[in-house]
Amino acid sequence: MQKISVLLFLAWVSFLFYAGIALFTSGFLLTRWELTNHSSCQEPPGPGALPWGGRGEPGACWMASRFSRLVLVVIDALRFDFAQPQRSPVSGEPPVSLPFLGKMGFLQRLLESQPHHARLYQAKADPPTTTMQRLKALTTGSLPTFVDAGSNFASSAIVEDNLIKQLSSTGRRVVFMGDETWNDLFPGVFSQALFFPSFNVRDLETVDNGIMKHLYPTMDSDEWDVLITHFLGVDHCGHKHDPYHPEMAKKLTQMDKMIQGLVKRLKNDTLLVVTGDHGMTISGNHGGESELETSAALFLYSPRALFPSAPAEEPEIIPQISLVPTLALLLGLPIPFGNIGEVIAEVFSEIEDSQPRFSALAQASALHLNAQQVSRFLHTYSATAQDLQVQELHRLQKLFSKASADYQRLLQSPQGAEAVLQTVIPELQQFLRGVRAMCIESWARFSLVRMAGGAALLAATCFLCLLVSQWATSPAFYFGPLLKPTASGLSGAMVCAGLLASTGLKLDSMVLGAMAAVGSLLPFLWKAWASWGSKRPLASLLPMPGPVLLLLLIRFAGFFSDSYIITEARVAPFLLISLILLLVARLHWEGKLLPPKLLSIPRLGFLTPAGPPQYSAMHAVGLGVGLLLCIRLAGLFYRCHEETPVCSSSPLLSPLRSTVDGRTKNLWYGACVGALVALLASVRLWLHCYGNLKSPEPPVLFVRWGLPLMGLGTAAYWALASGADEAPPRLRALVSGASVMLPRAVAGLAASGLMLLLWRPVTVLVKATTGAPRTRTVLTPFSGPPTSQADLDYVVPQIYRHIQEEFRGRLERTKSQGLLTVAAYQLGSVYSAAVVMALTLLAFPLLLLHAERISLVFLLLFLQSFLLLHLLAAGIPITTPGPFTVPWHAVFAWALMATQTFYTTGHQPVFSAIQWHAAFVGVSESRDFTWLSAFLVGANTFASHILFAVGCPLLLLWPFLCENQGSQKRRQPPGNEAEARVRPEEEQEPRMEMRLRDAPHHFSAALLQLGLKYLFVLGIQILACVLAASILRRHLLVWKVFAPKFIFEAMGFIVSSVGLCLGIALVMRVDGAVSSWFRQLVLTQQKAGEQSSLVCTGAGSSARKAQPHLLPPCSQDLLASGTSLFYNSRS
Amino acid sequence: MDWPLSDTSFCIATQENTMKDTDIKKLLYTHLLCIFSIILSIFIPSFFLENFSILETHLTWLCICSVSVTAVNLVLYLVVKPNVSSKRSSLSYKVTRFLKCCIYFLTSCFFFHVIFVLYGAPLIELALETFSLAVILSTFTTIPCLCLLGPNFKAWLRIFSRNGVTSIWENSLQITTISSFVGIWLGAFPIPLDWGRPWQEWPISCTLGATFGYVAGLVISPLWIYWNRKKLTYKNN
Repeated sequence: MQKISVLLFLAWVSFLFYAGIALFTSGFLLTRWELTNHSSCQEPPGPGALPWGGRGEPGACWMASRFSRLVLVVIDALRFDFAQPQRSPVSGEPPVSLPFLGKMGFLQRLLESQPHHARLYQAKADPPTTTMQRLKALTTGSLPTFVDAGSNFASSAIVEDNLIKQLSSTGRRVVFMGDETWNDLFPGVFSQALFFPSFNVRDLETVDNGIMKHLYPTMDSDEWDVLITHFLGVDHCGHKHDPYHPEMAKKLTQMDKMIQGLVKRLKNDTLLVVTGDHGMTISGNHGGESELETSAALFLYSPRALFPSAPAEEPEIIPQISLVPTLALLLGLPIPFGNIGEVIAEVFSEIEDSQPRFSALAQASALHLNAQQVSRFLHTYSATAQDLQVQELHRLQKLFSKASADYQRLLQSPQGAEAVLQTVIPELQQFLRGVRAMCIESWARFSLVRMAGGAALLAATCFLCLLVSQWATSPAFYFGPLLKPTASGLSGAMVCAGLLASTGLKLDSMVLGAMAAVGSLLPFLWKAWASWGSKRPLASLLPMPGPVLLLLLIRFAGFFSDSYIITEARVAPFLLISLILLLVARLHWEGKLLPPKLLSIPRLGFLTPAGPPQYSAMHAVGLGVGLLLCIRLAGLFYRCHEETPVCSSSPLLSPLRSTVDGRTKNLWYGACVGALVALLASVRLWLHCYGNLKSPEPPVLFVRWGLPLMGLGTAAYWALASGADEAPPRLRALVSGASVMLPRAVAGLAASGLMLLLWRPVTVLVKATTGAPRTRTVLTPFSGPPTSQADLDYVVPQIYRHIQEEFRGRLERTKSQGLLTVAAYQLGSVYSAAVVMALTLLAFPLLLLHAERISLVFLLLFLQSFLLLHLLAAGIPITTPGPFTVPWHAVFAWALMATQTFYTTGHQPVFSAIQWHAAFVGVSESRDFTWLSAFLVGANTFASHILFAVGCPLLLLWPFLCENQGSQKRRQPPGNEAEARVRPEEEQEPRMEMRLRDAPHHFSAALLQLGLKYLFVLGIQILACVLAASILRRHLLVWKVFAPKFIFEAMGFIVSSVGLCLGIALVMRVDGAVSSWFRQLVLTQQKAGEQSSLVCTGAGSSARKAQPHLLPPCSQDLLASGTSLFYNSRS
Repeated sequence: MDWPLSDTSFCIATQENTMKDTDIKKLLYTHLLCIFSIILSIFIPSFFLENFSILETHLTWLCICSVSVTAVNLVLYLVVKPNVSSKRSSLSYKVTRFLKCCIYFLTSCFFFHVIFVLYGAPLIELALETFSLAVILSTFTTIPCLCLLGPNFKAWLRIFSRNGVTSIWENSLQITTISSFVGIWLGAFPIPLDWGRPWQEWPISCTLGATFGYVAGLVISPLWIYWNRKKLTYKNN
């Protein structure tokens, strides 16, 4: 019951955090209202006559069409400079040769030879620069908001008015070939369509070759009015390699040739548009808003002359969505209802007309139509949603009515309106740009109430964690008061919600969840306040030692600085190292490192020793240095944040596949396999050391045989993955099949291992022996006869005890003959063995999701946490009867290490750093984004969170493990007098983790406390993120740094809290299994009709030394069963 | 630390107190001299060297500061002699002692360098800068230790543990050393910020932090000892 209540309470606290996060998110990550209104051909956008042949009928809706046909070529991630020629940085020098520069030679020739027919623009895409958002923008002319960013690979149909819908409703035949995303966006509107899967970014050829095969025949067939193609090769090349890879040159040359072929086939009434939907960073990724990502190429070409003037030296920069109204009017379509783009005015000039006035008039009329449409949209939108700024709206409306009046004046009196014309065009442009700026500003408007509410809820929950974890350390702690307020609050909130729902108030799930959370939190806090305020001073609420509090505050403050978030990969290890040095220094300061003789003043001689040093100086210093070294080495695996100005990511993070040199590749492969072997060997060594490897239980057998098999599978997978391109063609199918099956096999093995572990978690070796259990009682670590006084001091009590027991044994034997002894080994490390096994089993599939060389980081991770646990254990005293405590610095160091590992495994809290390739591990044909892909990518991103959260119980267990080590160390040397004097009390075998079992109540309390403390440290981080994002919501970098950090931190928190609950549940499962194991043991002994004595051993190493010892009765039910059990100390 | 004082020990205690007051005065003067030497190292070189400034010719200043602080420490040690001079005073003993001190100093420089690298300082680039930072930190911490305690590592360890201090001098040494460490640690905090100031470059902010920490320790320790003089009882007195 206690165990379940611990888990329930932790789950409830996690729910409180989730509710806070959700409430904040709903106020912070903004959404835009999507209007479903459509522009129609017959209905003009505003009052006044339609200009220039607009007749309100298909073909000439608002304006007469200039082109009856359109070829739109979208080349995914065609960055602006990809379409530029090679240039020399300084004139006179040879041009810079980069794989992506100057490969579109045909475009350049067109631009130079036909300046009035072709034009290149630098199109500025609005962030987020993900393909689906860009396609939405390119067809609707609006601004997709941040919230949509997450749905890039699971896109749904566009409900807003858009170009494609307009085309099909005016009866144009739209033919599409390319990226499948279009099918999701515009289902069923194409007259002919050829879709290719877009998600497999490793495939550079399938999509492009497929399009190429059908492109020219379709063009020649004349069964189309609008032909849209979407090529993916360039984008995939960026994702797979980067723009500097020779493959990029090949792709761009191919695209250039394709355009050449298209131009040859163009007819006079056809417009060709070549555009990139976004750019890419120097590492080939996109999604953010850096300069390189947002600049896309836009190329227009018409066989007829289109532009009145020759292009400027430097291509003009225009917003990407300008293409939407421009295309709409050029094709004689109505502009999509929600468009806020501004037409490219120069294409509406009348080339044939020699008079510049008419040209300008044509431009003005196009702009006026555009402005009317935007004004209509604004009117409708502001009637629907109130999120536009009212003042700005009024200003813009005034501006529009003035411009509109001017325009009407111009139309009525064409003579002498030169001056008016000069003012109308800028006015209209000013209006359109103003609207766009206002929309950008307003669709980033926050709901402050929800943000504040979310932050307050998070803060209150953090406070709750602090409070309850403090309670759980007190000896008089009991669970009753925890659950009552929770249950009553939750039920009250439910009733409230039901009432509200029945009265018909509309509430979204976020608010409902938050209300439930507050409802259950309030009575709890009230009760806590009432009981606390009277009893204890408030000062004891801050139980953390000063330095740890200071470090935590520094970490908290770091979330408010963009620089600190960007460089967190360096800041977290800095704090971690500081904490470690502080720990070592504190151990020294408290005199636990050196023998007191050395610290006391020699002249004074004897001084009251503050207890013998638990750990030798060299031990602790060695641990510290090892940790520092590990952290520093792991720091070599560093990925740059996209905002860091001068920075190069570590080449170690790239997969081995991209290494060109065969020799280096082999060497690295060897190193990776070495790391794998070392990881396996160290885990086995650890288990061996504590004796758990001797157990015949299935999980241990799995560790002995299954783990190496998993390692083998991983190594084989790496070999295939890194050398797949070099495989001979006839083996290709085999290789690709194997590289799909191997990860699945490893994951399956890991899953079965975990199942086994859950089924039989007790890894104990039981030996039933009839005979004298007391052979051990004389514990002689020396080989010879006693030589010194110390030896005698030690041995004599032993002999005395031996004789005593001998007598007692004889007495007992007279009572009942045939005493059966059951010796159980490794009980002392039974909990941590299960946790370590679970961690290892988890680590393998996670490792597969990363690049090969990350295995070194995983090795370092295990090593590092091992060292840290040892170092932490050095400072924790073992309080036998409980209550047990997990110190704050331990929990904080653990959380810091989780953060550090997040970075060293090649992650950064930005969207462009998400390692999408993880979605293809063990997946054969990924047609599109599924939940499995999301799961794989999530597991890759939050691997460190998972591992550290599941491993969290080790913080509680490890000091008990180290008890064994400490006592052994003390026993080995004969020692000096002082030690000999204390030895008789210490001689008792260490009971290690069985101490926890002896006090089940305190054990549960300690687990609760551990969970709450970890949640508190994580919660403080998320609270800091939330506060930073709300305070700095108008900061320049809020969408580049703070918002992604918040999202990653929130996701990480959710993953961590789930992992934590699972880890604690695992420990509880082991505990339950140990209980039933004891019960069973007793039952079998009873059935055998013998009075038995149970001998268990805590020390795993005793498995080698064969020193079983009497275990204390581990629970009261054993005593009741009439079995004779012995405490070591009482025997 | 409440040591039961018998009546007889009372007069000893008053004697101690007067002794302590003179000691505190001495301590204050020596610390003022140390601070003065640091200030001099900032202003004097500009008369001799062209274009001298702390930020631009940082390494030069570091060397000068280090040398002047070392010199003042040595002179003060020879003049004040805070600890009982050793019984042996043969030349060879003094020479070996001096050489040992030099080795200790160098070792501590390398030790600090390694710590900085482990903390995240670049391994190969800017090695000279990192090392000079190690030198200045050694000047502020190791040199006073060497002066006061000699090349006796165990004594050093004793000072930095609870209840290990045996005199005012050691107490002040403890305070200045810890504040130097805290200073250099705090000095690392502005480095990631994107303010683009010249003093944010490695290792300027850290050296400045260490210097400020040292000076703060020099100022604080006499005051702290003065305020707590009633509570402080040293076990060897």
